[in-house]
Amino acid sequence: MRYQQALGKALRDEMARDPGLFVVGEDVRESLRGVTKGLAEEFGANRVLDMPISEQMFTGFATGAALAGRRCVVEYQIPSLLYLAFEQIANQAQKLHLMTGGQAKVPVVYFVPGSGARLGLAAQHSDHPYSLFAHAGVKTVLPATAADAYGLLVASIRDDDPVVFLAPAAALPTREEVPDEPFVVPLGSGRIHREGHDVTVVAVGHLVHDALALADELADEISMEVFDPRTLYPFDWELLAASIGRTGRLVVYDDANRTCGLAAEIIATAAEEMPLLAPPKRVTRADVPIPFAVELELAALPSREQLAAAVRHVVREEVRG
Amino acid sequence: MTAELYRTMRTIRRFEERVVDLVNANEIAGVTHEYVGQEAVATGVCAALQRDDVITSTHRGHGHVIAKGADVRRMMAELLGRVDGLNRGRGGSMHIADFALGIYGANGIVAAGAPFAAGAAWTAVQDASGVVAATFFGDGGANQGILHETMNLAALWRLPVIFVCENNGYAVTLSQARSTAGSLIERAAAYGMAAEAVDGMDVDAVLDAARGAVERARAGEGPTFLECRTYRFFGHHTAERTMKLGYRTDDEIASWRERDPLLVTGRGLGEAVRAQIDEDVEQLLDEAVEFARQSGRPDPVDAFDHVYASGLRPRSGVAS
Repeated sequence: MRYQQALGKALRDEMARDPGLFVVGEDVRESLRGVTKGLAEEFGANRVLDMPISEQMFTGFATGAALAGRRCVVEYQIPSLLYLAFEQIANQAQKLHLMTGGQAKVPVVYFVPGSGARLGLAAQHSDHPYSLFAHAGVKTVLPATAADAYGLLVASIRDDDPVVFLAPAAALPTREEVPDEPFVVPLGSGRIHREGHDVTVVAVGHLVHDALALADELADEISMEVFDPRTLYPFDWELLAASIGRTGRLVVYDDANRTCGLAAEIIATAAEEMPLLAPPKRVTRADVPIPFAVELELAALPSREQLAAAVRHVVREEVRG
Repeated sequence: MTAELYRTMRTIRRFEERVVDLVNANEIAGVTHEYVGQEAVATGVCAALQRDDVITSTHRGHGHVIAKGADVRRMMAELLGRVDGLNRGRGGSMHIADFALGIYGANGIVAAGAPFAAGAAWTAVQDASGVVAATFFGDGGANQGILHETMNLAALWRLPVIFVCENNGYAVTLSQARSTAGSLIERAAAYGMAAEAVDGMDVDAVLDAARGAVERARAGEGPTFLECRTYRFFGHHTAERTMKLGYRTDDEIASWRERDPLLVTGRGLGEAVRAQIDEDVEQLLDEAVEFARQSGRPDPVDAFDHVYASGLRPRSGVAS
């Protein structure tokens, strides 16, 4: 099943299971992004609400409905719309449970069915803002594969807290077998896609596929372990520590900006708490708004060549005495 | 009815005056935003609501929360940051909430609660529960985009929302003349909703207008915008007393104080009735302060509780 179809199946399965679940967003009945297609016909127009272009409002609307007992998936057609909604997510929904001493819960999923660069969409449509939400302590989910997308979307919908769910645009065409029966991938559980003994490569989102391809290319030279966190907050630190315990070396491959990005957090935590044998490295997006021309865009994004160089460098580093 | 309205207003007034004393005595941390002068608005609007109806409040929220029926003892405990506070000491003045009474919380961001009211109102329509949602905001909030986004949707979908604009003339220190183009009523009317200016110093006038709005909302006739013209007798917050700001004149404050809603409504009661209510209120607030002071202080080890409804523990600030 294609990744995007898995997202649609997760939404459909959960809407069938939970009559209190509804979807809001822009153009969700026509479904410009494809994931919500047919849901209004199947479940009724009052469960799939087309909203005016008022992202702050409909984000807060979902909070209000959640406080009144509903569950909601809010779709944003482009990732940077989350900037408009940031106050309502990070400063309202996320804090309500604490601020009210546990009275309130806000089970809302902020869902971007195509986050990150997709060539040619330029600076305002190409961001991948997961680090911001993880920084704010918002549960943040970034599945790399179709089955994980299914299981994590179901888990996110059933979760009692606000969850930011970003489906990487570059992963949408990928395929993976997805069981027919409903299942959950718990938030906070990482996945080791490939075992190896020389180095742990933490790859985030669609970059998992790139890291796996590189692991194949380098197989005769270096044994790469490919670790996919799947959720960025909470992060599966235990599984990462176990992986680094085996390899002793770490490279992070991350499509967030370099400064204060997710890779910085992973490397800082590993440096403080895990048995690294050599200095780690990170390969990230540059601190550059994505330029329009394809050559320039690709130069700003992290690449497989950069990852290969970082992996070779970290593996050849002398073991710390 | 008049006696009950007066009792609520008196409770708000004296609650706020005691809060100021407790802030000055450092028993309450930070600052609070006093509702003194505006009591008729919260009191009149909430008197038109039922227990299950929803309100969203503002940074200047104590009056709304009291008028909607919250226990002043637990409110006071919250302001003192104690474990028996409505929010277990996690919210304080600016986030005080009581979901059992439909109080979706004071809010530290101007007009940010407006869409909560729309979401709750939509849910009420889906459930055919008859619940309506009133959202309070000020003349400052009337210039927030999110409020207009919400008014558009509420009018378009005929949601049972009451937009209660407490126009006290100032967005912090900026006067309405310097912050606001056109007329607030006409802005609301342009969305096609009922819109009405109300004397916000007259609790009967506010109650009448609110009853009309609630009736329309429950009848499926959509939202109403009430511009309640009122005044705060003190500064934007308790810290303003020491700042010697010059944005309002003493004459202006004095002229509004002549229309103090407690004096106006109190005059309509017999002296004996009024005096009895005043005494009752003092006793209630004595109990509230005592209750708050007796309530335990939170244990620092509980600082990471109630962050996630799912029970997830947040990360600590040091490596384990």
